[in-house]
Amino acid sequence: MYQGIRIAGFGGQGVVSAGILLAQAGVENKKNASWLPSYGPEMRGGTANCSVVVTDGEVYTPIVSAPDTVIIMNEPSLPKFEPLLKKGGLLILNSSLINSRPTRKDITTVCVPCNEIARKVGMDRIANLVALGAFIKLTGAVTLESVEHAMKKVYKRAKPEMLELNKKALQAGFDAAK
Amino acid sequence: MTEKTLRKGNEALAEGAIRAGIRFFAGYPITPQNEVPEYMAAHMAENGGAFVQAESEVAAINMVYGAAATGTRSMTSSSSPGISLKQEGITYLASADLPCLIVNVMRGGPGLGSISGAQGDYFQATRGGGNGDYHIIVLAPNSVEELGNFPKLGIELAEKYRMPCMILADGILGQMMESMAFNFDPIDPNKLGKFDWAVDINKQGRGKSKVFSYKGDNLIADVVERAKRYGLIEKDEARYEERNTDDCDVLLVAYGLSSRACLEAVSTTKEKGLKVGLFRPITLWPFPSKRLAELSKKAKAILVVEQSLGQLVQDVKLAVGSNVPVGLNAYPAGGQPDGNQILTAAKSLLTGQTEGLFDLQWHAANFTYKCERNLSLGVQGDRKGGNQ
Repeated sequence: MYQGIRIAGFGGQGVVSAGILLAQAGVENKKNASWLPSYGPEMRGGTANCSVVVTDGEVYTPIVSAPDTVIIMNEPSLPKFEPLLKKGGLLILNSSLINSRPTRKDITTVCVPCNEIARKVGMDRIANLVALGAFIKLTGAVTLESVEHAMKKVYKRAKPEMLELNKKALQAGFDAAK
Repeated sequence: MTEKTLRKGNEALAEGAIRAGIRFFAGYPITPQNEVPEYMAAHMAENGGAFVQAESEVAAINMVYGAAATGTRSMTSSSSPGISLKQEGITYLASADLPCLIVNVMRGGPGLGSISGAQGDYFQATRGGGNGDYHIIVLAPNSVEELGNFPKLGIELAEKYRMPCMILADGILGQMMESMAFNFDPIDPNKLGKFDWAVDINKQGRGKSKVFSYKGDNLIADVVERAKRYGLIEKDEARYEERNTDDCDVLLVAYGLSSRACLEAVSTTKEKGLKVGLFRPITLWPFPSKRLAELSKKAKAILVVEQSLGQLVQDVKLAVGSNVPVGLNAYPAGGQPDGNQILTAAKSLLTGQTEGLFDLQWHAANFTYKCERNLSLGVQGDRKGGNQ
């Protein structure tokens, strides 16, 4: 198993933190993992993205230039990351905020209304975890439990009720992805 | 072996340095290495060491000079423009024969450049960026794990040969997180014993120690004595890693982050019907020329991959001479190497094409770069408004 992933969205949507969580979950699953943020001067409300690799073997390069999976959280990221995706790759699309649809026919697209689901769970801000839940269902790259373990390490100062909410969002995304 | 944890490159480096017994750190903030002093500020004191945020890079390297003279395992870190400022201190450390660890988390240049990771300081690191006839040992990690483990190797080599050692990393290695494990237990520097050359307030019957950068009229003797040590280092300390080098048509040569993109190229090489191997220098000085020369007799061509404008390629050409054609696949000033482009360049090299190969003459004739700003500087540096 070698999964190269790009997660992209607005700054503040939690795409960078979802990436750290995924990499940590990989380590919890005894896999090798890397995480690399998009690098340069960024601002809140601007676009942000990160590269994550989770693999049973060796991480070749942390720069994922041809991802196996892209998770797209906002409209401007779609034209930027759709072309990078490998042939036969997976595109997870946050249909709450994105009206356009991918034009490529050689990829699999799964639409998940991440923000709507997150709001139902109780907080709009955790749409990133909904997307991550969907990713886990569709790829099996890491287990749900490993992400729950990872949360405690990554969000060290989070209150227990917040962690609980995060877990619910993760599960809701997992259930929503088909 | 300890269990693997997810760590940021810069933090692994800082933790690795504390574990290696570094007990004096002085530095001045600069992106993309800020996590190093941040980590040192948080953890150096609890390990019985000293962290100083200096007033400048120049002050920091001179504090390291002073601390190193006492035999304390000492270190500074910075990024490219900051390392330029430290060059005076580094050449003085070299002339005083003092061991220390200097970390360069490279960014784009020249000048202020950019904060993206780059490899443009290869010449500065391997040729001795300061004045005079000297070398420093240069280690080039290519993973967070090596960033964590090289401080021990670096300071031990520095002490063995009494000279500064540099860890040459880059902004991406520093900023990325990766699963890693330390390959050594924390060292208590108090149990290491004292060097007889070290300046110390508690001599316990030993004679006076003095550390000089200027040794009077013995300069030739000093430089020649140092050259003997350099010879020993070239003979004994060259380190490298090889992948798939037994049976390859194109041998890639790359260090640091560039070598990771090469791993990607090597891993997909079978799909593309191209036999590609990788030779990765781990020590940039001493450069592992001998082994590379041996390998160059087996390969059909060598492709150097670097995030700079043709620096590593010079050492490769010196090592292999005319054994084999040498091509360059370059990503200068913050460009990111990519496995596919490397394979395209490798194929070009075998078939006599130009795609993906960097050549200054070709680029002078053909290079265009999409940019809103007019990049044409005018070759003559045109003056305006003169009357001659």
